[in-house]
Amino acid sequence: MKFYLEVWRQKGPDGAGKLEHYEANDIPAEASFLEMLDIVNEDLTKKGIEPIQFDSDCREGICGNCSLTINGVPHGPGRGTTCQLYMRKFRDGQIITIEPFRADSFPVERDLVVNREAYDRIMQAGGFISERAGSAPDANSVPIPKVVADQAMDAAACIGCGACAAACPNGSAMLFVSAKVTHLGLLPQGKPENDRRVLKMVRQADKEGFGNCSNYYACEAVCPAGIPASVIAHLNRNFSFASIKESIGITV
Amino acid sequence: MTLDSKIPAGPLDKKWTSFKNTAKLVNPANKRKFEIIVVGSGLAGASAAATLAEQGYRVKCFCYQDSPRRAHSIAAQGGINAAKNYQNDGDSVYRLFYDTIKGGDFRAREANVHRLAEVSNLIIDQCVAQGVPFAREYGGLLDNRSFGGAQVSRTFYARGQTGQQLLLGAYAALSHQIALGNVTMHSKTEMMDLVVVDGHAKGIVVRDMTTGEISSHAGDAVLLCTGGYGNVFYLSTNARGCNVTATYRAYKRGALFANPCYTQIHPTCIPVSGEYQSKLTLMSESLRNDGRVWVPKKKEDCGKEPKDIPEDARDYYLERKYPSYGNLAPRDISSRSAKEVCDDGRGVGPGGLGVYLDFADAIKRLGKHVIEERYGNLFEMYHNITGEDAYERPMRIYPAVHYTMGGLWVDYNLMSSVQGLHVLGEANFSDHGANRLGASALMQGLADGYFVIPYTLGQYMASQFGKKVDANAPAFAEAVESVKARVNKLMSINGTRTVDSFHRELGKLLWDKCGMARDKQGLEEALRKIPKLREEFWSNLKILGSKDGINMELERAGRVADFLEFGELMCLDALNRNESCGGHFRTEYQTPDGEALRDDANYDYVAAWKYEGEGKPPTLIKEPLVYEEVKLATRSYK
Repeated sequence: MKFYLEVWRQKGPDGAGKLEHYEANDIPAEASFLEMLDIVNEDLTKKGIEPIQFDSDCREGICGNCSLTINGVPHGPGRGTTCQLYMRKFRDGQIITIEPFRADSFPVERDLVVNREAYDRIMQAGGFISERAGSAPDANSVPIPKVVADQAMDAAACIGCGACAAACPNGSAMLFVSAKVTHLGLLPQGKPENDRRVLKMVRQADKEGFGNCSNYYACEAVCPAGIPASVIAHLNRNFSFASIKESIGITV
Repeated sequence: MTLDSKIPAGPLDKKWTSFKNTAKLVNPANKRKFEIIVVGSGLAGASAAATLAEQGYRVKCFCYQDSPRRAHSIAAQGGINAAKNYQNDGDSVYRLFYDTIKGGDFRAREANVHRLAEVSNLIIDQCVAQGVPFAREYGGLLDNRSFGGAQVSRTFYARGQTGQQLLLGAYAALSHQIALGNVTMHSKTEMMDLVVVDGHAKGIVVRDMTTGEISSHAGDAVLLCTGGYGNVFYLSTNARGCNVTATYRAYKRGALFANPCYTQIHPTCIPVSGEYQSKLTLMSESLRNDGRVWVPKKKEDCGKEPKDIPEDARDYYLERKYPSYGNLAPRDISSRSAKEVCDDGRGVGPGGLGVYLDFADAIKRLGKHVIEERYGNLFEMYHNITGEDAYERPMRIYPAVHYTMGGLWVDYNLMSSVQGLHVLGEANFSDHGANRLGASALMQGLADGYFVIPYTLGQYMASQFGKKVDANAPAFAEAVESVKARVNKLMSINGTRTVDSFHRELGKLLWDKCGMARDKQGLEEALRKIPKLREEFWSNLKILGSKDGINMELERAGRVADFLEFGELMCLDALNRNESCGGHFRTEYQTPDGEALRDDANYDYVAAWKYEGEGKPPTLIKEPLVYEEVKLATRSYK
C-alpha cells in the first residue's frame, strides 16, 4: 500500500513546528501504524532526513506510551491505541495527517513526543490507597461482591495514555481522574481515603491546567481502554459530597 | 574466585524465618541517611522503591519510559501464583516450591525458591489491600485459575491484565512515596553505566533522554530492576525499549552474569507475518485452560480450512504426548512440541509456522459467554491483529521469545558479586532455573521488591555507616567520560546502515542458532558471525541528528551495541552447557522420544561468567547447586 503522510515536525519544546510531506511506500496491509512509521523512518534515514521521533513501547496496546493524533483523532480511527491500528483499516493512496496529542497540559517535546508528567502528578496527589507492605490482612478477609469488583476493574483498565484530554475540546482530564477515583472508591479498601482522594486529584488536575467536563463525550469515544463516561458522574457525585463535608468543617 | 550464595543454615522451610530473626537491622534514623538508587520501575523496581521508602530510606528511582507506570510488567496478562490453597485442592507452600523447582528443570537454587513460595501469599494480601481488582466469585471471594506446570488452581488474575493491575498497584504505592518526598523519580532517564568505588557499587551514570545530558548519581547502594534481555532476538514479546544495557554494563564493571543461555520461548504467540514486524504479541497462556492445541495429522491437510478437517484427522499432540498435563504442559515443552510438528511439515498458516489453538469444545461445553468473559480481550486483540474471529475459527499460534531466566548472579540477599549492587526481578537469575512457569514472573518481581529486599538490604547497609561515598570521586568522572566517549563514537560513525537493520540481523542469527533448539555447530557459527556483525556495526552505522536532545536512533544504537556483545556471551554459555534442560535444548542431548536430557553429574551448577576485559574470553565460575530437600528427577509431565 501507499500513503501520503503529513507529519508534524518540531525541533524542540520551544520551536515552532510544521507539517512535512512524506510518502510511505510498499507498506504491507498487515503492518501496524507504528510499523508503517518504522518503515518510513528507515527510508528517511537512508535519504539523510532525520527520522520522525515518536513514543511507543509495548506495542500491544497496554503501556499507553503512543501519543499520536491521526487525521485529527487521538490514536486514529477505531477503538484502541495507535500500536493496535493496522494499515488495512486505511485506503490505499490515502492522505494521513499525523500530529502529537494536542492539549495545553501535554507540551510537545519534539515531533510527535509529548510530556504527560501532569498525569503522574495527579496520581501522586491522591491516586493510591495508603498502605504499607506487610500490613495487609488476609486477602479473603474482606469479600467484595463480584459486580463491584468488576466495575472497579472496568475503571482500573485505564492505561493513562492521555487520549481523553487530547480529544476533549476543553482539554479536560476528567475521564482519567474519574477512572482512578471510581476504581479505588468502589472498593472497600479505598473508602477511608475517598473524600481526600477526590478533592486532591481534582484540584491537582485544575492546577495542571486541564479544563472541566462539559459532556462532549469525546473522551469516551477515543478511550482505548473503553472507560465509560459514566465514571465522570461517579466523580462529580463524590466530589460534591466531599466538598460539602469540607465546607462544613468535617475533616476529610 | 568462589561464589558464596550465603544461604542460611537449617532445614529448608526454616531458612527464611531464621534469616529474618537474625538479619541485621538499620534503625529509622540511620535509614534516612542512606540513599538507595533503584533502576527500573516495573514490578520489582516500583515495589522495591516504594517499600524501601516506606521503611525510611531515601530513594532515587530511574526509568527510561515517560512514566513509571509504563514499565513492561504492565503487559503481563495471565496471572500471579500464590500458595493460598483457597481452592482446597491440595496446594501448599511446599507444592508451589516443588512445582517451581521441577518446572525449572532442577536448575534453580532451592532456598531462594522456597522463600519465593513462602512470601507468595503475602503478595496477594498486599495487592488486595492496595486495591488491585482481582477476579472474584459471586460470594465475593477471590477466584483462581490453573496454569501450565501445576495440577492445582493457584493463579490469581485480573481479567487478561493482571500485570497491568499489579503494576498500577505498585505504581500507586510509588506515587504515594514520591508525593511524600521519600522517592525522587527520574523518568525518561536511561542508565548507561555503573559506578564502582573501591569494589562497591556507589552510583550510576545516566542519560537524560529529553536533553541528552549525561550525568552521574551517587548512592549508598544500587538496585537493578531492569528486566530481561529477550530483545537480543529482535523479535520478542518484550516492549521495544527492553534492553540488556544496565545489567550488561554492570557485568563489564565486575558483576557476574549467570546462565545467559536460559531463555524462555512462550508457546502461545501470534505467528510472525512479515519482515517489517517490530514485535510479537503474546496470547496469555491461560488460554490453554480451555483451548486445545492441534495440527493436522497429514501434511496434505495443512492448507484446508480447519473446520473441514475431521476430528480423526487432527493430532492433539500435547494431549497425546502428555496425557496428565495435556494442553497445560510447561512452556518449554509446549513450545518445542510446536516446533517439532512444524518442522515435520504439519504447521498451519503462512509459512507453515503455526499451530491451532481451538476453543470449539470449550464453547460447546461452557457457552460462548463464559469464554468471552474469561478471554474476551484476548480474542478481541487476536481479531484486531489477524483479522480473524477466534470464536468461529481456531487461533493460530506459534512460540516466541518471552522471558529470560538468566541474569546477573545474586546471593540469597539478592546482592551480586559487586558489593552493594543488588539485582531484582527478571534481571537476576535466581528463582526460575532453566524454565519459568506461567504466572511466576509477577510473583517473583513483587516478592523481591515487597518482601525480600526490604529484609536483605540491611545486611549490606549495616556495614556502610559513615562510609558515604564522595560524588567527586574519580570513578564518577571516569564513568561519565567513558559514556560520553561512547555516545560520541556512535554519532560519528556516519556509515550507511540503520540501527534496526543490525538488530534484525543479530536477532535472526540468534533465533536460528540459539533459539528453541541449539547445537554445537550452529553455536560455533554464531560465535564466528557475531564479532563480524559487531565490527560492521561500529564502522557502518548511520545515526542522524544530534546527541543533545531526543534521538531515539541513538538510544537504540546504545542498546544494540550491548546486545551485539551480549549475544556472544549467550552463545558461549549455550555451547558450554552440554546438556538439555528447560528452555535450553541442545539437539545432541535428548532422549529417544525427543525430551530434554539433563546431565546432572556434570552440569548441575549455575554458570556465572566473569568479564575479563575487551577482546578476552570471559571466565566461567561455577556455583554448584546443592539439593537438600528435593531429589533430582527426570521431569515428566506424561
